[in-house]
Amino acid sequence: MRKAALNTAYLLAQQDERVVFIGSDLGAGTLAGMKETLPERFFMEGIAEQNLVGMAAGMAMEGLVPFVNTIATFLTRRCFEQIAVDLCLQNLPVRLIANGGGVVYAPLGSTHLALEDIGILRALPNITILAPSDAKEMIAAVKATASVPGPVYIRLGKGGDPVIFGADETFAIGKASLKKAFAGTSDARRRVGIISTGVMTHRCLQTVAALTGQGLDVAVLHLATLKPLDEQAIRDLAAGSDLLVTVEEHCPHGGLHSAVLETLHAPTAGPLMPVGPVLRLSLPDAFPTAYGSQEQLLELAGLDPDGITRSILAAAG
Amino acid sequence: MSTALPPPRLSTPSMANRWAEASLAQPLDQRSRALRRLVIRALDGGERGHIGPSMSLIEIMRSLYDHVARHDPKNPDWPERDRIILSKGHGCLALYALLADHGYFPDAEIETFCRRDSRLGGHPERGKLPGVEASTGALGHGLSIGLGMALAARLRGQSHSVFVVMGDGEINEGSVWEAAMAIGKHRLERLVAVVDYNKLQSYGLTDDVQPLEPLADKWQAFGFETVQINGHDVEAMTAALTAPRNGKPLALICHTVKGKGIPWAEFSPEWHHKSRLNPDEIQALYAALEAE
Repeated sequence: MRKAALNTAYLLAQQDERVVFIGSDLGAGTLAGMKETLPERFFMEGIAEQNLVGMAAGMAMEGLVPFVNTIATFLTRRCFEQIAVDLCLQNLPVRLIANGGGVVYAPLGSTHLALEDIGILRALPNITILAPSDAKEMIAAVKATASVPGPVYIRLGKGGDPVIFGADETFAIGKASLKKAFAGTSDARRRVGIISTGVMTHRCLQTVAALTGQGLDVAVLHLATLKPLDEQAIRDLAAGSDLLVTVEEHCPHGGLHSAVLETLHAPTAGPLMPVGPVLRLSLPDAFPTAYGSQEQLLELAGLDPDGITRSILAAAG
Repeated sequence: MSTALPPPRLSTPSMANRWAEASLAQPLDQRSRALRRLVIRALDGGERGHIGPSMSLIEIMRSLYDHVARHDPKNPDWPERDRIILSKGHGCLALYALLADHGYFPDAEIETFCRRDSRLGGHPERGKLPGVEASTGALGHGLSIGLGMALAARLRGQSHSVFVVMGDGEINEGSVWEAAMAIGKHRLERLVAVVDYNKLQSYGLTDDVQPLEPLADKWQAFGFETVQINGHDVEAMTAALTAPRNGKPLALICHTVKGKGIPWAEFSPEWHHKSRLNPDEIQALYAALEAE
């Protein structure tokens, strides 16, 4: 997924001379092709995230379109003020490519985990937040940023994630994708509407068979864009569901669950609607004490397909 | 408890040099007084403002806008203009005075300072007021922005300069030194880091809060050609800013007097920022300028 994002940025740079790449201190050989063919637009500027983002802002003020890339947690915690003031306040077209969203860097410990990136960035005006599900969707998402006038945050997974982005699917920023619809309104089974984002969506799809086998009708809505939200898609799913579930590789606060509740309780358009309980499946409100792998931390948090299935069955009665 | 400071001691590290001494002695000419009157008009209109940090800045901004920078008030987005970023955004009264005086906006508008629908906020915002290059106020941002602008200019083969004006307290921020290191790396000859070295930050003397000396050595170590100067001497600053360069970025360390021109505000932390200024205080400020 990381390679897909960076190679797409390189592709955009080949097509558009306004595009530049700014890395911090990335792995040796990162975007070697771009460094070779477009050296004047390839910058590797060191472990100085505040300066990276400010420098990108200055370039964007001059009409360039910088792609900034480093580890998600350093790109959000370390330079939050630069993102807020330099990028969002001045609404500049800088793209932040964030390696290792969530618990990808599990073995490296809490300093390297991006547990609250979506929550803190969602609070900022003007920013677009993307969390694609797989490498194919990542390519489409990075290409789609070309039409965004303001800053964009792109959360990357570990890579190697199963591809669920359809071959004939088109990507539009701000549009949700219904990966699995309910069987039908005449169906008497209880309907569980699952809302997910990023690499959690393929895990949610893996729960469908087990949940259906337990007599539930399941839909899965994938939100690759967390800001701006596809409010209509969320409201439509909620209207057809007996139980709503949000699933995210993020702390409990400010992320997908919060966004869904905000949409249902206080839509920016349309009437208020009655809202039932919304099951929240997220990382806990804690710094992980374990290491291991991303899969192991997700399992500990009940975010593996079996854990998600168990939680939904318990909640659905 | 009074927070008044004893008169500046010429023996303290930041003052023990001929440029600081000269900045104390520098008289204000008619233009410097006229620009300060514009600042007071804004203070009157907004009943508030950062007085000390604006008054120290007047001659620096005057050098840039009157003599050094290529710019066109009728075409503020002229691509070939020199970029002037006021990184110490709290000094915006000095910026507003120069922009108004050069015709970027009508003089009278300066009296709307900080009012509800004004374009002149307590810190400057890009896109609101013609001539403001970057939204600043959170300190330590301008030098990175200037770096990005200078790199963009180099990429496009443009020849304009980028001037980034910072406060001495501001350069406590680590991000300033991240940017300085990068500017040194890229040898951006057309980038100038200007430091308004007025010796005071909000709480007190920089020598006490966070000593900066040896300041010139620091910039030099980061790859800058470094010049120290009397920051109230327009002629000297103009000469330094227009002198041929040797392939390195320039750091112009301007020794200034915080509150310059208002005797009781000079070197006074109490006059860093004032709110609820009443008409008598405003008249006293005008009178002080005439008595100078």
